[in-house]
Amino acid sequence: MTAQRPDRIAPVIATAGGRVELSGDLLIGTVADLVSHAPAPGADVQAVDLSRVERMDTAGAWFVLDLAARLSGGDAPAPIEGASDSQATLLDTVRENMPRATPAPEPRASLTDRIARLGRATYGVGLVAVEMTAFLGQVVAALAGLVLRPRRLRLTSLVHHMQEVGWNAIPIVTLMAFLIGVVLAFQGSAQLRQFGAEVFVVDLIAIAVLRELGILLTAIIVAGRSGSAFTAAIGSMKMREEVSAMRTLGLDPVQILVVPRVLALFLTLPLLGFIADVAGLVGGAVMSWIELGVSPVVFQSRLVANIDLWQFGVGIIKAPFFALIIGVIGCYEGLKVGGNAESLGRLTSTSVVVAIFMVIVVDALFSIFFALVGV
Amino acid sequence: MEDDADRPIIRVRGLVKSFGNHTVHDGVDLDVRRGEIIGIVGGSGTGKSVLLHQIVGLLKPDAGRIEVFGESVRDTSDEEYRALRRRWGVMFQDGALFSSLTVRQNVEAPMREQLDLPDDLRETLAGIKVRMVGLPDNAQGKYPSDLSGGMRKRAGFARAIALDPEIVFLDEPTAGLDPIGAAAFDTLIGQLQTALGLTVFMVTHDLDSLHAICDRVAVLAEKKVLAVGTMDEMLKVDHPWVHEYFHGPRARAALAGTASEGD
Repeated sequence: MTAQRPDRIAPVIATAGGRVELSGDLLIGTVADLVSHAPAPGADVQAVDLSRVERMDTAGAWFVLDLAARLSGGDAPAPIEGASDSQATLLDTVRENMPRATPAPEPRASLTDRIARLGRATYGVGLVAVEMTAFLGQVVAALAGLVLRPRRLRLTSLVHHMQEVGWNAIPIVTLMAFLIGVVLAFQGSAQLRQFGAEVFVVDLIAIAVLRELGILLTAIIVAGRSGSAFTAAIGSMKMREEVSAMRTLGLDPVQILVVPRVLALFLTLPLLGFIADVAGLVGGAVMSWIELGVSPVVFQSRLVANIDLWQFGVGIIKAPFFALIIGVIGCYEGLKVGGNAESLGRLTSTSVVVAIFMVIVVDALFSIFFALVGV
Repeated sequence: MEDDADRPIIRVRGLVKSFGNHTVHDGVDLDVRRGEIIGIVGGSGTGKSVLLHQIVGLLKPDAGRIEVFGESVRDTSDEEYRALRRRWGVMFQDGALFSSLTVRQNVEAPMREQLDLPDDLRETLAGIKVRMVGLPDNAQGKYPSDLSGGMRKRAGFARAIALDPEIVFLDEPTAGLDPIGAAAFDTLIGQLQTALGLTVFMVTHDLDSLHAICDRVAVLAEKKVLAVGTMDEMLKVDHPWVHEYFHGPRARAALAGTASEGD
């Protein structure tokens, strides 16, 4: 700034014979210092003299008006003299737009307010749960409608989403499951070796991966990858009023946007879970061989002998439920996006957090259920 | 400041800009005088906004020279560009307000960035600016998503004049407003131009604005500035496109409107 205007004149405030005389440039960058040099109110001041002021901007005008008002101590403001025509115009404009008395700051929240807020938040959570259930109902109804009228299915869209959420997720899911198998074998062998029961590492890996980890971690990765993508994609369509446009054209957003996505997840998540199971077992077998000398042949025969098919079934049966949870939550949050970019970001992260949380809750419920039925 | 009063405040010479093999500007020359309101008109896709973006340094011209306040916009150091930028304000189409900030915080944003002001002073000054553009007091704490299109434009204008700039660039200030809102916005631009001594560079399609407040009009067509002058001079230009623009049915209606106002 100073490089641009070497001619800037520092403002000076002087009081002489009942007149406050201002000189120099009254600009936004300079008035802040002046405020502290202003004479105290109550001094016997008849006028504020601007005849030696060089330049004045809105901030300067505000300062002059504020000064004149404060010096008079509540009576009519001290007269302002010596302003040029353009300065007078500016002073008039700013005078009309002076802020009114600032509103009192909001009182601190009392205990009842806080309790009320807690109640309202709880009610809000309940409301969201109800809405989400209603939305789930809508989606299920739309899916059921497809059974009656299969031609209403958007096949291109479905295939596109299956590629997006299924095929493209294979590398990351495989790598993740392989590493989990490796970690389990490594940790398990360290513990089991103490008892001379190294060979049981096969059972450990198989049960952990097939029953729980394979599908659970796949669901978590897919929630992070695809759930968030659903929310962001539908949310930005909502922001640009594409969803409203669909409604006016008589197209059902649930049918067009939600069903293909949910169905794609529904079909591909079990397959991804299967791939994760295989990769986890391979990872475990490799590590068992290196770490414990359990050869792949031994690993395989023990796997076949000790692990019945239900261990795999218990895991994979959960996949469609997880798919429904991730898909429905992702799409629901997307349709909730409002007009601004901030809500898009907030709801995208909400979608991932809620989806992962619900996946884990449902997984826990399944564990209890399977324990009760004794599988 | 007085010494360069007769020098153009914005000087564009031989500007060339193309995107890929599509040439938008090919030899644009334009002078903007201090204290005037200049309206830039042209058909869709003639590069009005591109010209604005190049002048404020958001886009780099392929060739040519742009001087603002007598300094080249491109050949400045970061420090000088920063200082230069402080002396103008830009209002984008639809306001381009920061959606995570309230209206008053939006107006405070340039002050916060450029100056070291005490909080209460900054809030007071931002409050004055918000009132100056005709927004009610209760709009100050609202978020842009809660405002109507017209209010967002006003808030964008308040942010553009937050630092009392010497030049204000307005990109289609009245587009998308109802006629009453558009007329009120024209009046507002005129009033603040007088009160704050602004130079206004305005990209517009609004023939009513051109008649009501613009001192001069520049027509962008055929990749250059085809004609510059007052509205009366524009009406006499016999280039087919310019003639069509200023003598078409809507133009005649706007002209009739201003004429009857004068009666």
